[in-house]
Amino acid sequence: MKNIASVLSILLASASALAQSGNPYIHDPSSIVECDGKYYTFGTGSGGLISEDGWTWNSGAVRPGGGAAPDAIKIGDRYLVIYGTTGGGTGGGHASAIMTMWNKTLDPDSPDFGYTEAVKVAESLIDEDFNAIDPGVMLDPTTGRLWLACGTYFGHIRIFELDPRTGFRVEGNVGVDVGRNMEGATLAYRDGWYYLLGTHGTCCDGVNATYNIVAGRSRSPQGPFIDNVGRSMLEGGGKPVATSDLRLIGPGHFGRFIVEEGVEKLSFHWEADMDQSGRSVLGVRPLLWKDGWPVAGDAFEPGTYEIESQRSGYALELAVDFIRSENAMRGFSRTANDVPKVSLESQKLSEVIDTWPKGVIDARCGFHMGRTWQRWSVIPVPEAGGYLGGPYYKIIIEGTNRALAATPDAEVETVPEFTGAANQLWRIDQLTDGTFRIMPKEVPGHSEPLALVCFGDTTPTLAKFDFKSDNFKWDFRRFTPLK
Amino acid sequence: MRNIIRTLFVAMALAAAVSPSASGQKRMKDADVAKGLEGYFTLATGPQAYPDANGFIRRWLMLDPISKKNMTNRVFTDSYTREAIMHQYFPGQFTAIPKNGDVEKVTMEYQPPVDLTSNRPSAQANDESKMVKANLYWHALDSDHFFLKLFRFATGLDKTRYGVIFWYVTVINCDEDIENVRLSVGSNCGSMWWLNGEEVAFIATDRHMAVDGTTSKKLTLKKGKNILRGCTINGIGMSECCARFLDETGKPVTNYTITLD
Repeated sequence: MKNIASVLSILLASASALAQSGNPYIHDPSSIVECDGKYYTFGTGSGGLISEDGWTWNSGAVRPGGGAAPDAIKIGDRYLVIYGTTGGGTGGGHASAIMTMWNKTLDPDSPDFGYTEAVKVAESLIDEDFNAIDPGVMLDPTTGRLWLACGTYFGHIRIFELDPRTGFRVEGNVGVDVGRNMEGATLAYRDGWYYLLGTHGTCCDGVNATYNIVAGRSRSPQGPFIDNVGRSMLEGGGKPVATSDLRLIGPGHFGRFIVEEGVEKLSFHWEADMDQSGRSVLGVRPLLWKDGWPVAGDAFEPGTYEIESQRSGYALELAVDFIRSENAMRGFSRTANDVPKVSLESQKLSEVIDTWPKGVIDARCGFHMGRTWQRWSVIPVPEAGGYLGGPYYKIIIEGTNRALAATPDAEVETVPEFTGAANQLWRIDQLTDGTFRIMPKEVPGHSEPLALVCFGDTTPTLAKFDFKSDNFKWDFRRFTPLK
Repeated sequence: MRNIIRTLFVAMALAAAVSPSASGQKRMKDADVAKGLEGYFTLATGPQAYPDANGFIRRWLMLDPISKKNMTNRVFTDSYTREAIMHQYFPGQFTAIPKNGDVEKVTMEYQPPVDLTSNRPSAQANDESKMVKANLYWHALDSDHFFLKLFRFATGLDKTRYGVIFWYVTVINCDEDIENVRLSVGSNCGSMWWLNGEEVAFIATDRHMAVDGTTSKKLTLKKGKNILRGCTINGIGMSECCARFLDETGKPVTNYTITLD
């Protein structure tokens, strides 16, 4: 029974790492926006989700106007919420409009909460090759200009310019067609490139939905947007950004959240979460940039790993004696290779653990050997909450309860028993370059967030994160499933 | 007798419901065709055309859409798409090279007019299937774009816009054999394509049109005439398709002419 409970616990932990926690049920979510320490996203219909920590989501966000697939953005000290008045034509006409409205706060319990009257900024006629729904907005960081992308599978994706001060359409602005047959379009900017992101495939078909997110890029926010093989998005092109997982089906409606330099998140919905009755749920994944293209990273998979410093290639380990493996030393002569091959056993925990001190053991980095003192089981701790896109984890030596911990003097050590204390809980973010940042939930006596850093080749410690330095970057290698 | 009267009454009611302009009982004047398709197609003129700079074939004989009531695109599995397209709708469907103005007498599913003031299909659209006879006409056209905007071909001629099957055919004329080319097509939604009577490309499932969405295996465009025929089926949404030939390196093939006979 204990084993069954243990397996169930691990399965639950694994499942919780794949989808957001709480009741993250939403369709066509807006970009995630932070307001006074809480996270908000709005969906089709009238409401949306709120999260205190970015990991556990529940309904509660308020948006009037109905319609479909809104977007939201913070501009200055106000929030611009934008939506399409209809859900798009599926067998009828395609008259619709895009509306914008402001709010001083997104917290419906705040006395400052109250939307301005919505104004129309774009529209589609009843029968033209355009359907004004699914808006996505981007404030150009280089010019301060506010761009709106909208449209759907019926005809073109069109770009308009809005006034970031008023939320109105810029006077005289004429829409520019930049794509065809997509849903959930929006724009992003990075390193001199403008990206048009959209969703291809079939919406609203549960576990059979073929939704997938694609991108093209341009040097101008008004295109032309070209994909990785030279196809224009007006020609139906698009480089893949996010596709279905095994049990999470149909990602759609891209949203970008920049946490800080090098740490970005991609939000979207899964058309169906097969572990939640096939409901449409919020998805948040690391947003990576590979060769100038956005790519959704995977959810961190609980398991046992070696944790490799990108500074030195060394592995995070316990500062204990190197216990030599008892397998015989072999020569390299022909006769030495004439005997039959056998598979050598790996060194076991039981062969070394009694040589380790019983109390606190320092952490350090050493040569990758795949040895027991370098094998870390990374396991989510559901009751510990989370952060945008993930739960907190405990990091323990495989087969033990010995846990990595932050110390009051901002160093790292291992303690013999994981207690659930905040200094033993770790946040893991995959960075835009694909490597990882590892941060304790709390460093006793320190209010500033600190990250695991390799100060010298063998010396892990904690310091303020700097994306430009490989000292702060780690990789999780040689995965094996949790036992 | 009573049954005969009732049958006649139903037939007359259906005939009235499917107006001549909606069903294509009468051939439209060329000027009306040109006006209806403005911005998307022009009447084909001149003895021959050429692929455009990117190799897209723009000159086609296109048949008025066949009504095939599909109010969802979820049905377009491989087997359904193939079966729906391969159904014999008119004689010479897979072999003939029609002329501009030729008529096909087709028995097809009746669909009520679409209510454009609604975003959804009318309730009647899901009524039990009724069959009607219609005269469908071939039109010799040049596309104004690299693709065939089949949806606007239908609406411009005041035909059924959703739940449709489009047939089109063209002739590729080569001065010599062109070996190791591939037919490259895209369609919204499913489509099948034949070169000289042989099936060479097939697309199924609900999808958008993408340039080079599917390519055939390597083919030879033979010296002389090559008949290229295609068919696109769609439920709701923006029907369209495109086609070109690519050489072994993926570059467009352009050294041929296009005629309609």
